[in-house]
Formats: sequence, C-alpha cells, structure tokens
Amino acid sequence: MTAAHHQLDARHLLCPLPVIRTQDFVQTLQAGDILVVLCTDPGAINDIPAWSRINGHQVLETSEHDGEIRITIKVCSPDTGNPAE
Amino acid sequence: MHETMSNEPRKAIALISGGLDSMLAARLVMDQGVHVEGINFFTGFCVEGHTHAIRKKDRKKQKRNNALWVAEQLGIKLHIVDVIEEYKQVLLNPVHGYGQHMNPCLDCKGFMVRKAYEWIQANGFDFIITGEVMGQRPMSQRRDTMPVVARESGAGDLLLRPLCAQHLPATLPEREGWVQREKLLDFHGRSRKPQMALAKQYGFSDYAQPAGGCCFLTDANYSAKLVDLWKARGERDYTFDDIILLKIGRHLRPSPGFKMIIAREEGESRFLAGYRYRYTSLDPQSHAGPLVLLDGNPAADDLQLAARITARYSQGRDAETVDIQVTDPQGTSRTLTVSPIPASEVLPEWHV
Ligand code: SF4
Repeated sequence: MTAAHHQLDARHLLCPLPVIRTQDFVQTLQAGDILVVLCTDPGAINDIPAWSRINGHQVLETSEHDGEIRITIKVCSPDTGNPAE
Repeated sequence: MHETMSNEPRKAIALISGGLDSMLAARLVMDQGVHVEGINFFTGFCVEGHTHAIRKKDRKKQKRNNALWVAEQLGIKLHIVDVIEEYKQVLLNPVHGYGQHMNPCLDCKGFMVRKAYEWIQANGFDFIITGEVMGQRPMSQRRDTMPVVARESGAGDLLLRPLCAQHLPATLPEREGWVQREKLLDFHGRSRKPQMALAKQYGFSDYAQPAGGCCFLTDANYSAKLVDLWKARGERDYTFDDIILLKIGRHLRPSPGFKMIIAREEGESRFLAGYRYRYTSLDPQSHAGPLVLLDGNPAADDLQLAARITARYSQGRDAETVDIQVTDPQGTSRTLTVSPIPASEVLPEWHV
C-alpha cells in the first residue's frame, strides 16, 4: 500500500492552534500516511513533535526556512504505535 | 455507561491544565491501574506558548506547551480541544459571576467538566479526574462550590478529585472499587507544600508554577484591558485576535475612539506586523522604533496624535521631527513628519 501524502497549512496560527489542527487532521488519516505541517509560530517546533511523541506518531523531519517551519509526520496506528505497511 | 471487560482497566480522562495539581491527580489515579488520558481546553486566554514565543527576552527560555509537557512526563495521550467560540458564553454571561478580576472560574470549571463529560460519553471512558484541591481557590474550589461543578456539568459522581477526595462524598469510581478511596488524598487549603512534597516523591521537577491561575483572566492588567475594549466598542464581545492582542505590547487610549498597541521590543514588533492587514499601523522611518497598531476608528486628527505618540516611543524622541509611516489595512501608506509628543503630555490615564 502506498502512503498518502497530505499537507496542512497552519501558518499564522498561534500555539497551541497548530497542534490542535494537526491533531484533528491526523484523526482523519490512515496509519502510514505522511503529513507535512507548515507553521510560523516558533512554539510549534517543540509542540508538534511533543504531541507526536505522546500520541505515538513519528516525526520524520523538521526544518525552518525564513521563519516558516515544516514538520513531516508519519501517522502511526494509535494502539500499536506502528505505521501500517 | 461504558461496559468494560472485567480484566480491562477502567478508563479516565484527566483535565490537564499544565500545572502541578492536575499532573499529580492524574498520576495518583494511574498508580491505581486506571488507563488515563489527558484533555486540555484552549479558551484563547490560556497562559501558553505563544506569549513566550513573542517576546524576545523570553527566547532563551524553552518554549513549551505545559499541558503537552505534563502528558509526556506522565506518558499519557493528550487531547487538546479548541473551545474559543464556545467559551465566549462562559466569559460573557457567567451565571456565578466573576472572581477578583474577569475570571469566571466557577462557570469555567463547570464548562470544562461538562465538555469532559461529553467526551467520555463519546469515547467510552468511565470517569473524569481534576486536580482541584478544596479551599485552594477562593471561587471554584470551596466546599460549597465543588458540588456545583459536579452538578452543573452533568458529570455528577463521575467526577473524581483525587487530591482532596477524602474530604468529599465517595464518587462512583470509589464506590465501585475502580479506585481505592484510601489511596486518595486529603489536601486542602492554600498551602502548596503537600503538592510539592508529592511532586518530589514522584520525581517531578521543572513543572510550571503559574502565579495567579491557569489563565490571563485572573490578571488585573489583562482584565482591565478587556473591560476597556468592551467599553470603547459599546458591546461585550471579542474576536480571537482581540484577546491575543490584549496580551501584547503597551496599550494606550488617547481618545475614546481609538487605542494604540505599541510594541515593547523587537519580538513584539514582528508579531504585531502580522496584524497589519487588519489594523492601521504606524512605523517610524527616520529613527528606530516600535511598530504600533491602531484599534478603533481613528480620525485624521487622531492619526496625527498617534504619530506623535509613536515618535515619543522611538529613538527619535528628542529629535525635532520623526517620520512615521502610516499604513491602512489595505496596504496604502503615507508618511507623516511629526514632532514627538513631550513626555508630560502623555497622560497617565491613557495607559489601559
Ligand atoms: S483561572 Fe481561568 S481557566 Fe482557570 S478556572 Fe479560572 S477562568 Fe477558568
């Protein structure tokens, strides 16, 4: 199964709204899907990975360029913490 | 009510504010073998990450969301719920009124527990945990008001307060043996010592210790700015942008028709710049200085005055003239050359 790629634009939202939008979006995705979140609040660089860790999702990459933060998350199955392959 | 297989643990949702009390309450119940997840409500007034992120002097401090941090320390999931819109009714029309400032704590607690109650019904959880301590807060955590929260939220005896359970009638989780009442605590009063001792015992350090409460509504200055906003607009209402901007900058109201939001340092200037599409903004050109937003409907005279005040807060405060760029929300700019207003003419009552 190929993973679906999604993007969430959370730019100009203040924390914790980027986390809330990420959480709500991930709920609609399947294990194994890839989500790229774009944001501008510097707090998101800590908060979204923290949220991902406690909810068992995997952060593949974070980067920051010109004040724009990109966080790539691999959605994992909520119970096992494993991405479905 | 959710039926649980006999060997499956009971499930509880813990209201996690990011402070120590709710962290301890959740942990006490986890220790009894209950499956606990956290829930955190974002009202817009929460003392959270973004305000730390804005101010430059705070930049070195780790920017973290305390509720997420608590959940990670406890090793539990956290559900963050955006209640910005719904919360308006709580703040604008609290049945039980306000505390010392604009904090409607009793209604607020009832609201949050009600949301948690709805959540457990939708998600098959068994009960609700809060970190309330009897006698700790003057409004929502008194012997006579704690039952009000349980009753008005609809949660009734599914609401467990592990830190002071021994002072309260046994709840369903205690009567059913989902948790052992003897292992719950009897904290009361305003002292924080028992909580700190318990935190030490659990090895929790570096937890957040908000001074007044969990939100800006317990802050005198913030509340004054909120009331000023309602007065100036002639109606009690607010948008999310309004309540965020009340957290930032110096606020001056030189006339009833408009208010100036003046950045106090670079980080705030940068943050306020993100609102230029909504507000008229003033930006010193000939000298370094703060970005200023104007809230309200400034007339031409007002703009002149606002420019002179802006000049006062710029590096050109002692110069003959300062050039101030004035930009309307549509992006049209013009430059006003003004003399900075003397300090003595900045009236104390302008400060909101
Ligand atoms: S301090 Fe603020 S968030 Fe906490 S109960 Fe009072 S009104 Fe609600």
